[in-house]
Amino acid sequence: MSKQEKRFSDEKEKKEPTNEPPEKEEAAPVQKALTGSGKRTLEKNQINFGKSQMTKRLEPSLSWKATVRFKEYRSLLRDPQEEKHRRRPERSGPPVKPGRAQLVRKSNEKIEEIISESSSESEEGEEPLDRQEANADLPSEYWQIQKLVKYLKGGNQTATVIALCSMKDFNLAQETCQLAIRDVGGLEVLINLLDTDEVKCKIGSLKILKEISHNPQIRRNIVDLGGLPVMVNTLDSPHKSLKCLAAETIANVAKFRRARQAVRRYGGITKLVALLDCGKSSAEPAQSSLYDARDVEVARCGALALWSCSKSYTNKEAIRKAGGIPLLARLLKTSHENMLIPVVGTLQECASEENYRAAIKAERIIENLVKNLNSENEQLQEHCAMAIYQCAEDKETRDLVRLHGGLKRLASLLDNTDNKERLAAVTGAIWKCSISKENVTKFREYKAIETLVGLLTDQPEEVLVNVVGALGECCQDYENRVLVRKCGGIPPLVNLLVGVNQALLVNVTKAVGACAVEPESMMIIDRLDGVRLLWSLLKNPHPEVKASAAWALCPCIQNTKDAGEMVRSFVGGLELVVNLLKSDNKEVLASVCAAITNIANDQENLAVITDRGVVPLLSKLANTNNDKLRRHLAEAISRCCMWGRNRVAFGEYKAVAPLVHYLKSDDPNVHRATAQALYQLSEDADNCVTIHENGAVKLLLDMVGSTDQDLQEAAAGCISNIRRLALATEKARYT
Amino acid sequence: MNYGISDNPRHVGLELGYLRTLQCVEATLDMDQKTLKKLVESISNTVKNFKKSEVECLVRLFHSLVERANVRLNNLGLDRNAFGAILHSVFGMTDDMLMNRVFFVFDKDHNNRINVKECVKGLSVFLRGTFEEKLKFCFEVYYLNGDGYICREEIFDMLKNSLHQQSSEENDEGIKELVDITLKKMDYDNDGKISFADFEKAVREERLLLEVFGPCLPEAKLCCPRHKSVNCL
Repeated sequence: MSKQEKRFSDEKEKKEPTNEPPEKEEAAPVQKALTGSGKRTLEKNQINFGKSQMTKRLEPSLSWKATVRFKEYRSLLRDPQEEKHRRRPERSGPPVKPGRAQLVRKSNEKIEEIISESSSESEEGEEPLDRQEANADLPSEYWQIQKLVKYLKGGNQTATVIALCSMKDFNLAQETCQLAIRDVGGLEVLINLLDTDEVKCKIGSLKILKEISHNPQIRRNIVDLGGLPVMVNTLDSPHKSLKCLAAETIANVAKFRRARQAVRRYGGITKLVALLDCGKSSAEPAQSSLYDARDVEVARCGALALWSCSKSYTNKEAIRKAGGIPLLARLLKTSHENMLIPVVGTLQECASEENYRAAIKAERIIENLVKNLNSENEQLQEHCAMAIYQCAEDKETRDLVRLHGGLKRLASLLDNTDNKERLAAVTGAIWKCSISKENVTKFREYKAIETLVGLLTDQPEEVLVNVVGALGECCQDYENRVLVRKCGGIPPLVNLLVGVNQALLVNVTKAVGACAVEPESMMIIDRLDGVRLLWSLLKNPHPEVKASAAWALCPCIQNTKDAGEMVRSFVGGLELVVNLLKSDNKEVLASVCAAITNIANDQENLAVITDRGVVPLLSKLANTNNDKLRRHLAEAISRCCMWGRNRVAFGEYKAVAPLVHYLKSDDPNVHRATAQALYQLSEDADNCVTIHENGAVKLLLDMVGSTDQDLQEAAAGCISNIRRLALATEKARYT
Repeated sequence: MNYGISDNPRHVGLELGYLRTLQCVEATLDMDQKTLKKLVESISNTVKNFKKSEVECLVRLFHSLVERANVRLNNLGLDRNAFGAILHSVFGMTDDMLMNRVFFVFDKDHNNRINVKECVKGLSVFLRGTFEEKLKFCFEVYYLNGDGYICREEIFDMLKNSLHQQSSEENDEGIKELVDITLKKMDYDNDGKISFADFEKAVREERLLLEVFGPCLPEAKLCCPRHKSVNCL
């Protein structure tokens, strides 16, 4: 039965509890469609923003219900005008079948929750609503299927089973068949069948639903018709094959957000997690022989469904709360590849959440992930690598990967570059693992660094982000910097500075900055115009990119000959930097201060930035608790003091008193920087007074005894200035 | 001595929900131990799906059923009505025609009575049959005139009550089409009728077709899931 029929003929079925504006909008488009206007109805469906995983997304409400299906009718038939007349006779009244539950239309959720999802919904895409089907295709399968649906509606169990088996023979992967089933009201009947007690009918129906739910439109229709709660209930059935089929169908349907939410809402997550529990004895470490083949199948289907559902953040939490992790961990120890893939897939989705990582460590999952990296199955390798990438944010995990021999395997998987998804996953895992120095050493041993440099060109962005990230981490180490330079890694890196991909830019700037510590590499960077490119990245809209570029500029300036000249050669460059001090972002501010510290080494440049108002801007930032910012700010101030009357100016702009408070921080870097700044400032008498008034002397006295030589000197110098002033004042008093 | 269905785990095979519904109280067996033993022995030789202890239980059960059916204990066995009553009350079957056919298949020697051997043998397929055994059983139930083929008219006969239609012409039309659909699906050698080979092939491909012309096996949900071969759909 079609939605339209329900509207017109069966009032009591219609459930429209809410009366929101989107509701009213539906009426209008329906009317329009009736009059044959070809205008596409507003599809306020998921729109693919194509953003990264971090972006929160606002989902508009779905109000397409009847309009979508109606448009399908129109487009599928030969003559749109005749459509409603021709179709009427077929839909003569809702048949009441003995022993079959009437389908109760569930009210659809109109308003989406605002939830951040960890994976981009690129598989949703735009749903192409308006399909101009080739009318020639229509007749044969369409009418045959219609006949079969008639038997489904009007037959007893025997006839129904026959019709279902016959329907399965059609090429259900073909869209015309899928839509045909839907358009003759087949979906409602199939879902109705799931509500009955007749096992064979349920099995037959699920077999069909499983196939046709590969179609994105059909999935949405199924959810709208209330198919999910019925399927979730079927998971309770004692029949294993029913459980499997229901889970597999849910796996296909739950590929868009509304469906995933619905599964959770109807208690599906708990039931699916229960399906994973298939081992007979939990005492022994799981051996495959202990598992009954059918139980394995049930677990596999459960894992498949969970994998689809786990793309939603709330579901990830739900899975964890339902005790999914130990069960997944147990399944991970088996050797059934078919089951391993969805299990690892689910783990990998969930591992993006902090809560999971602790549990994952506890369950020795890392060990098994590394073990499964050794499999020959590419998909399995990919997902294991992804899972490791997610988990390796954590140090202990990184060590575990190394301990279990994962690094070598990851390095060897770099050689095969055909499978790009796998390559992206592997490089991602390598990147995160490289955060640990011991791992970097290993990677160098396995010659991974050379391979990584080789991957800097001709690779898709997803791969590049990770490759560059890995190189950035590796280049923290002197030997690797030399190695990268010798392999010719610098030119491709500099080339990547011109991209637009935010994540890539952050990583590239970091890598270039790491390399720039090496004077010889710096020469290459400079020759390739890398510094100018970095400087222009300061104009990039994303704060992470700005900050990262500014950090990278510091070693560039430090390690270039004629740094002052170079800096001056960037038109408007100094102004740009100074203006960045107006930013709100702490990271940007800290990085810019660090850059200014370096820039101010050159007197001429210092004069220029003073003219541009660096002193008041820096002073305004002085009131902060952020240690990173404090440190770099203090360093910048101490450097800027060495020009003209900047010392005095800082005092006038009230930067001095806040600085004294920095001495109370716990961070030794902050102490050193502040002491140096105070030393410079204390060359001016008024500042001395301020410093003294704010109780710096006591704090500085303690620091004189520190082990940090620079700190000692600066503290001592500052105190001596204060003392000298005091002495001079006394002397003046008595003369 | 209560020889009803034992919950004793040693008699593990018979935890069949069905047989519990039968109240086989003291089965006074009109048979001495030696005869009983010989009987059990001879049955066990041909029936492999039950253990000896289970066979013995079934024999006792049979005799109590016969007694309950008020048939004279002439060792001929259960008649059509009695057997039909059991099929209905225990196994939940409702289709008279099919129940008759099941009786016919159980009654191997066609003397219109099901004796104890036939009963146990039939039950072994009914409850614990391997896939091949059930296949044969169902096919036998379905081919009515005993020529080894299921022809169009027979299919029509079996399906004639499977649609709920208003008028009888519509019904006939519908059934005819349904028969066509079925033949199209199952008649692999295209001879207009379904041979055992056709049937087997079709069912192997789609397990749901095992009871394609009507339920003639116990409901899957109550089957005992011990066997590795697929009992339950």
